[in-house]
Formats: sequence, C-alpha cells, structure tokens
Amino acid sequence: MSITTQQPAGRGLPDLLYSEAERDLRGAVRSVLAERSDWPAVLARTETSETYDTALWRVLAADVGCGGLLIPESHGGAGAGFREAAVLAEEAGRAVAPVPYLGSAVLATVAALRAGDAELLSGLAAGTVTAALAVPFAIRPGAPGAAARPGAVRVEAPRPGDPGGQARLTGAVRGVADALPASVLLVPADGVPAGLYAVDSTAPGVSLSPVASLDQTRQVADLALDGVPARPLASGPAAADAVASALTAGAAMLAAEQLGLADRCLELTVGYLKERYQFARPAGSFQALKHRLADLWVAISQARAAARYAAACLADDDPDTPVAVALAKAACGDTATLAAQECVQLHGGIGFTWEHPAHLYLKRAKATSAAFGTPDWHRATLASLATLPGPPQR
Amino acid sequence: MLTGGKASGTGPPGADTLREQVREFLASHDPAGLPRVEFLRARFDAGLAAVHYPAGLGGQGLPRALQSVVEAEFAAAGAPTNRPERIGIGLGMAAPTILAFGSDEQKARWLRPLWTGEEVWCQLFSEPGAGSDLAGLATRAARAEGGGGAWSVTGQKVWTSMAHEARWGLLLARTDPDVPKHAGLTYFGLDMTGDGVEVRPLRQLTGEAEFNEVFLTGAAVPDADRIGGVGEGWRVAQGTLMNERVSIGGAALPREGGMIGSAARTWREHPELRTPGLHDRILRLWADAEVARLASDRLRQQLAAGQPGPEGSAAKIVFARLNQEISSFEVDLAGGDGLRYADWTMRRPGSVSFYGRDAGYRYLRSRGNSIEGGTSEILRNIIAERVLGLPAEPRTDTKVPWKDLPR
Repeated sequence: MSITTQQPAGRGLPDLLYSEAERDLRGAVRSVLAERSDWPAVLARTETSETYDTALWRVLAADVGCGGLLIPESHGGAGAGFREAAVLAEEAGRAVAPVPYLGSAVLATVAALRAGDAELLSGLAAGTVTAALAVPFAIRPGAPGAAARPGAVRVEAPRPGDPGGQARLTGAVRGVADALPASVLLVPADGVPAGLYAVDSTAPGVSLSPVASLDQTRQVADLALDGVPARPLASGPAAADAVASALTAGAAMLAAEQLGLADRCLELTVGYLKERYQFARPAGSFQALKHRLADLWVAISQARAAARYAAACLADDDPDTPVAVALAKAACGDTATLAAQECVQLHGGIGFTWEHPAHLYLKRAKATSAAFGTPDWHRATLASLATLPGPPQR
Repeated sequence: MLTGGKASGTGPPGADTLREQVREFLASHDPAGLPRVEFLRARFDAGLAAVHYPAGLGGQGLPRALQSVVEAEFAAAGAPTNRPERIGIGLGMAAPTILAFGSDEQKARWLRPLWTGEEVWCQLFSEPGAGSDLAGLATRAARAEGGGGAWSVTGQKVWTSMAHEARWGLLLARTDPDVPKHAGLTYFGLDMTGDGVEVRPLRQLTGEAEFNEVFLTGAAVPDADRIGGVGEGWRVAQGTLMNERVSIGGAALPREGGMIGSAARTWREHPELRTPGLHDRILRLWADAEVARLASDRLRQQLAAGQPGPEGSAAKIVFARLNQEISSFEVDLAGGDGLRYADWTMRRPGSVSFYGRDAGYRYLRSRGNSIEGGTSEILRNIIAERVLGLPAEPRTDTKVPWKDLPR
C-alpha cells in the first residue's frame, strides 16, 4: 500500500472543488432563500393556488442574476458556466425552493442558447421573461420509442392573414415541470418544418392545467395547444440538438439539485438526533443510528464528486459529458432518495407528519429521481457508453 | 452581477525551479552509472527525495503537490526508484509520524535510510486482545533495570506486514497500567533485529502469509528511540492511523484502474457468460467504481489545496465495499472457473496486490479490506463523531485504570 503522489495515467481530471467565487455565490443565494423562503413558507404555499413563488423568482432572476447566469454578457447575462449554475441548483435543492430555476434558467436557456435566439436570451437575462421547455419531466433523453418523445405536438399550416414565418401548433404535452409560471413556452413540434417553436403562454388556444403533483414544490402541468401561433426558433437537426443539449444540462443540474437536497436532509437529521432524547440519551448516540448517518455521509461525498465532475464536463464541453451526466444522475438520484427516506425514518413519528418539512424533501427527491431518467436508466446507458453490452440476443 | 471565474496558470509555483534542480542533480549524478543506493542517498541529501519534507531532511518544505514534478523528471531520466511498494509503511506511516513527533536526532537517524529503502519499517499496533479497541493493548514497556532510562518490552503483536524484512517497528506499548487506558501508552521505534524479538508468519484465509505475529520477550529499547512523550502514545498513533487510511483508500488510478478493470475485461471478452442479472450488476458496479475514483481524486485535490478533509475514511469504506462486491461478481461471472483456486500452498508473497491472481483469490483477499487499517464499523464511528458531531456512546472503559478493566 504505497503512497502515490503522481498524477493518474492519461487525462487528468478537472477541478472538482468549489472555487472562491462559487462559495460567494452560494452564500448570496442561500441568504436570500433563507430570508424569503424558509420551509414553513414553502409548506404553506403548497396549499395555495400559487404553488410557484413568482415574487421570489423575480428577486433571484433579476436582482441576484440567477436568470441569466448561463447567458453571455453580450446578451445581458452573467457569462458564467455550468459549475456556477450547479451551485445554484444545489441551493435550490437545499431549500426545496418553489422557483422555476431549472426550467427557465437551465432548460429553456440552454435551448435558446443553442438556437441562438437573441430576443429570448435578453429577456431571460433581464428577468423579464420566464420560459419553459415543453417536454414531459419524466422524459428519458435518448431512450428508444415513446419515452424519448417530447410530446405530441404538430405544426399546422398557417391560416389566411397570419404574418409570414409564423406557424401554428396543435397537440399536447403531459407533465411539464416549471411551465406554470412561464411566460414563454419552447415547444418541440413534428410536421413541416419539424422544429423548436416559441409560444406565448397567454395566447388564445394555450391551456396549461395544473396537476396534483407528487412533488408539491415543483408542480407539473399538462399542456394543450389548439392552433396556437408560434415563432420558429430552430428546425431540423438544430432543433433536435437544442432540445438534446437542454436535456443533458437539465439532468446534470438536477443531479446538483439532488446533491443539495441530500446534504440538507442529512443536516436536518443529524441536528434532530443530537437534540432528541430517548432512553435518557441523545438518540444520535446510538450506534445503530450513527452508522446509518455515516453511510449517508459517505454516499453524499461520493455523489458530490460525481455532480462536480458532470458540471465541469458540461462547462468544458468535454467529450466525456454523456458518461459524467449518467454517473451524476444515477449517484445523486439514489443518494437524494436515500437521504430523504432516512430523514423521514430517523425523525420517527414527527417525520411522518404534514407539519414537518421532511415530506417536502421526500417528494422532491423521489420526483427528481424519476425525472430525466431514473438512476437505473442512466446506468443502463453505460452499456453503450462504457462498452458493457448485454447478453447476446438468442 | 455574477461572473464566472476559472483557475488559470501553467503549474504550481516553483515547478520550474524544481525541474531545474533535478536536471542539475542528474548532470552530476549519472543514474545509470552510480550504484542504486548511492544515487538515492545523494538524491535525499539534495532535498529532492520528498519535497514536502523539511530542508536538510530529504526535502525543501514545499507543498506536497510539487512532488509529482520531481517524480516525473526522475522517471523521464530512467533514474532508479526507492521501490515504494516495498517500503509503504515507512513512507506512508513511519515518515509522517517521525516528522510530526520525532526528535531532531531521530529525524536525522531514521529518515534517510527509510526513504532510500535501506531500512524497512513495520507497524506493531494490533494485538490478539486489542483490534478495534487498540487503546486496550497489553504489550508492556517497563523501565529496564540498570538505569540509563532504557525500556524492556514484553507482549505479542499481530497482523504485522513486512516484520520479517523490517529493521524497525513502530511500536505502541503500555508504560503505565495504573492510569486509564488512553493515558498509559507510549510510542517507540523498535529495533527488529535485537534480542527478544521473534517473528512468525501468520497464515490467512487465502492460504498464504502476508502478515506476521511478533513475540516480544524483554526486548530492549533505548529511551532515545521513544517517539513523543511518555504517556502520549495514543496521540502519536492517531496521526499514524490517519495516514494509513489515506494511503489505503487514496491511490490515484485511471478509469477501470482498480478491481473493476478485470471484471469489465472478462465481461467484454466472454459474451457467453453474460446474463441479464449480471448485466445489471456490472453496470451498477462500473458506475459506483467510477464515482469512487472521482471522489478519490477530489480528496487528493482537497489535500493538495491544503484542505485535509475526513473524506479519507469515506474513501476507505467505499474502496473495501467495492472490492468485495466486484470480486464477488467476478466469481459469479466466471461460472465453472469460479470453482477453481490457483494454489492453497502456504507461501510468503513477495508483494501484495488486491487486483492480482484469479477471481477466487481477489474475492477472499477483499474480505480483509474492511478489517485492515481500521474496520469499516470503526470508520463509521469516526465519521459519525468527528465529522457529523454525533455524541459518543456512553462508555465504561475510559475513566478507570487500565489494569481494572474486564478482559
């Protein structure tokens, strides 16, 4: 067992730590969230008709600059990268914040960046536009058949009097995340020309029906379009690339969100077990519980490395990005679910109540685990990515 | 406004200076012409052995991260190495302990032959009656009659790798049985060639003997070979053990460089062995192994940035679990070949590889990974108490004199 101080053979790994700037960013966002969206407020909001906190999102998007984090300075954004964006996602996960950060500042923004739509980008950067990519939250990027289809929206022929270049969309997309607070919907559609279209969410013919959602802090909605006027953003392979890039980035940032959530669940549980007395001892002094928390901490330290690697690969446009994202979404998904389940279990009876926030984390963890590909599904993609094929077909 | 920031620069400060130093050294010391030991001694004396060691003691007091620069230059010149795989305990445990707690005389006496490999070190900690409860150990060091402050050591140590080749042993012994157990320990460097030191091989479940039992019967230790104060042995030993865990769990590897490598190779080369259930398992193991590799690298980055975290304990827990699960998978994958074992002959292996030989050997050897260097259960206690700050279990053994404890 020798000490190795030399670099590993082959390509060195990117920096997996947090930079000073990232730590500052984390502090700024955490204090805003703590002040304006503590968990009693988050819980209370789940029972109102306004499940998204649009006022909080305005502050984060416009004042703090989260809305345009990934947008170049030439379009009015912060010109930051996915490493910084991942830190914000971690904080959003820690707070189970009911804001459309993932949908607007990641998915829609990446799609708009790939499509190169200046109008949309400057609105997103200024915080005057909130957008959502109209795909099912449970989509599995790259899966064969229906699981990978964004939805069933078709392009219709323009009607007499429509301005040139405008199309009309008809169809439906089930279970879209972060669509409810969006002013603009980015809709992938089949037909002529197949492409990615921008739709005003208040236009006649747009129906966004809120759905009672497993994750109460990120309510999904069913979208129906009936001859809705739409502006083309990209068509053909460029549109497919914009959607695929958005989903890859979305999966990686969702993994970071899961990491933050897991970290917070561990913190809550450790804090509780230090204070909770049973058998005239702190419950956290019992080895059976300590070992479970130690195992959770180990899992989180592993998940953190995977999440940082995925963010770094995206930031550097690294060819290893597909592997990195699969590893991160698998590790962080399993870890977040475990952390939230342990949080409920180790809190005992209080953890099963409505009045305690553990269930908010549990619901967010399980829903995000199923979103953009389950951990099992992402591991299955390694069969081709890592050349580990299945049994030969008989 | 938020802005992105990227680290820049072409290398750590001082790297160019070090490269220049190595080139100058090589110009006056021909690696092909000089005898190996002479070359290594000169390299030590030039401060190019381990740059993070102090000046005058083989190093220059530089950040540890710069060592890779020196190693790369010497490797490129085809220079002889100190065969680090043979002196892992010396480099990984004895050297940091001596540097942190040793006297100036001890550093001057021990570090050079340790680093050149002229003197092999072993570790005399565990005992048949003291494994996880190391502080309960019973090997007794008493002041020898005849004065001079020398010590006479009697007891039995176990799981001592390299004891049969070692010149020195890192010895933890009880100097005061009348105080609570942690307070009565003292740390020594023991001359393994002296009288009263008997080394016997200890056969393990793989069939061979990597380790030894060491029987100490009135072995003499001069007081000058005591490391740290009388009664301070526990504190010194803690430093040694943290270094051990970092060294066991933290070796840098390329993708598929660990136990997963042979499993993936067998999988690719033998489609006829694949089943759907095994496919699920290898995908999960490959993902976990790759994530563990990333986490190990992140740990190394933390150490290089001077943020030594407790992640070393996490790395070792994961390393053990993965080795066990992957080798278990390999036996299942091997089918009929998994029922065969190369050789049960009692031997003393020249070097130990967790990844060598056949799947059956790897499966059996990996069971030791969660026991050696701190069991996974003890590591979980360490994480729970030192990282998470959870309270210790109520204990009955820390306040009473060691001699009054049940055993």
